[in-house]
Amino acid sequence: MSELTKLTIAQARDKMAKGEFTAVELTEAHIKAMEAKRDLGAYIVETPDLAREQAKASDLRRQAGQAGTLEGIPLGIKDLFCTKGVQTTAASRILEGFKPQYESTVSGKLLDAGSIMLGKLNLDEFAMGSSNMTSYYGKVTNPWKSKSDAAKQLVPGGSSGGSAAAVAARIAMGATGTDTGGSIRQPAAFCGITGIKPTYGRCSRWGIVAFASSLDQAGPMARDVRDCAIMLGAMAGHDPKDSTSAPMPVPNFEAALTGDIRGLKVGIPKEYRPDGLSDEIQKVWEQGIEWLKEAGATPVEISLPHTKYALPTYYIVAPAEASSNLARYDGVRFGLRVEGSSLDDMYKKTRAAGFGAEVRRRIMIGTYVLSAGYYDAYYSKAQKVRRLIADDFRRAFENVDVILTPTAPSAAFGMDENTDDPVTMWLNDVFTIPTSLAGLPGLSLPAGLNADGLPLGLQLIGRPFDEETVFKVAGVMESAAGFTATPEGV
Amino acid sequence: MSLDKAAVRAIAELARIEVRDEELDHLAGELSGILHFVEQLAEVNTDGVPPMSSVADLTLPMRADVVTDGGQFAAVLANAPDGVVEDHGGFFTVPKVVE
Repeated sequence: MSELTKLTIAQARDKMAKGEFTAVELTEAHIKAMEAKRDLGAYIVETPDLAREQAKASDLRRQAGQAGTLEGIPLGIKDLFCTKGVQTTAASRILEGFKPQYESTVSGKLLDAGSIMLGKLNLDEFAMGSSNMTSYYGKVTNPWKSKSDAAKQLVPGGSSGGSAAAVAARIAMGATGTDTGGSIRQPAAFCGITGIKPTYGRCSRWGIVAFASSLDQAGPMARDVRDCAIMLGAMAGHDPKDSTSAPMPVPNFEAALTGDIRGLKVGIPKEYRPDGLSDEIQKVWEQGIEWLKEAGATPVEISLPHTKYALPTYYIVAPAEASSNLARYDGVRFGLRVEGSSLDDMYKKTRAAGFGAEVRRRIMIGTYVLSAGYYDAYYSKAQKVRRLIADDFRRAFENVDVILTPTAPSAAFGMDENTDDPVTMWLNDVFTIPTSLAGLPGLSLPAGLNADGLPLGLQLIGRPFDEETVFKVAGVMESAAGFTATPEGV
Repeated sequence: MSLDKAAVRAIAELARIEVRDEELDHLAGELSGILHFVEQLAEVNTDGVPPMSSVADLTLPMRADVVTDGGQFAAVLANAPDGVVEDHGGFFTVPKVVE
């Protein structure tokens, strides 16, 4: 493993600015590392030639005094972002071979900031999953190994499992993720890295393969809080091509890392201690509260009374929106086509062959809850409960500045676990889904290791468009945690 | 609500997903399990609560109704299965729908 791949984005940025190495050298080190770790399954497509070209252009820009905020930084892009001329699949068979004719706003902004694309990262099919086991292009392996059973293959979490695994394994300096119900935060926690789902509307959704449009948000995944702040600064901003993109200025997120959280009030929701919450999660959460107290913040117990209804609400709203969004995969305009005896027969055969089991299941649930006679009982009801969940947070934020919770109810689990029943798998997102329904920013950072040597994450939730406070508090917790552990071989 | 095989067949038809007869039992069980899980929302009092369709506290923006883009037949058709770019200005193809 090259020393260059061990640097954070901020370190590499500062060293390149001083001329210690070039973007070409940094990119070459990452291409080599990426090729050496193909067994993880993190990338669906590697784009080394494109990366080398971009790196050369980056070094020229730097020489010309035109370096961007991510000049020469090699990143991985989740394969849910349309990338011009580079296959974009959403990890689905139905998009195999699809080459977008345009660049998504967010990946385009990252290129404009000078970054290098190493390739397209694996995910759960259409971002539906918490284990990265549903990709048509193979599962992703978590680079971390259990101390008690080193042969056990662990999941990286999902849906941004390829992104999390790549950043943890040092085969990308940072990566894009998307988060609909926890898809940035849960894999970040499972892989011992940092990731933030910003406020809904902070990043443009244009050019991102849609799953549930009222929930989908892009965000950065990186090795520390500062790197996430740098990346989000490049990714965020108003885009007229996404009508839900917020017309708000992008603050300097990195400047928010002042280290001073004295006087801040930190909400601790009592509903996030369900019966059966494991001792190790409970312990790391208590530890997090202690760190904040020592830094001069005040923990305040809060109540978010509708928390237990977030999961059932999500599993009506998200499938309903997915069933509408995925109606476009019909075998006519792009993607897979399976011939049939009639137009309808072609649609049905194409969609049966092109979508995997979890995607078919969610489309069918979504179709059902939107169908005549059931719309009010399911869909309308869920939208009303969603408002109650959002109101819980709004009230809580009248008294606190930020909320601290665990990110996930467990550390990374084995590939053979949680697979029998879809609802059991969904419970992974019990702490992240409420934030998504309320559209709030949520960040996960590694807080420690469990007895088995696996990372555990804590989540910080902020007010709408107040990522700065989230970053500030996260920076303090990161210093206190001093998390330096890495997966074996890194 | 428990779904029977006929209900699952009807949903699959609406969703335009082909389902084999031997899959129906299993799917009926799975989908019924999911519906039982989400039906716990019935116990929440939502009287007078307006449905929330978006968290974005925004009025959808307006723009002038003018052509801003176009003439991209080749790009639009680039990924179409059996799409035809050269002929008649380009078109998608589908199975015959009119006898």
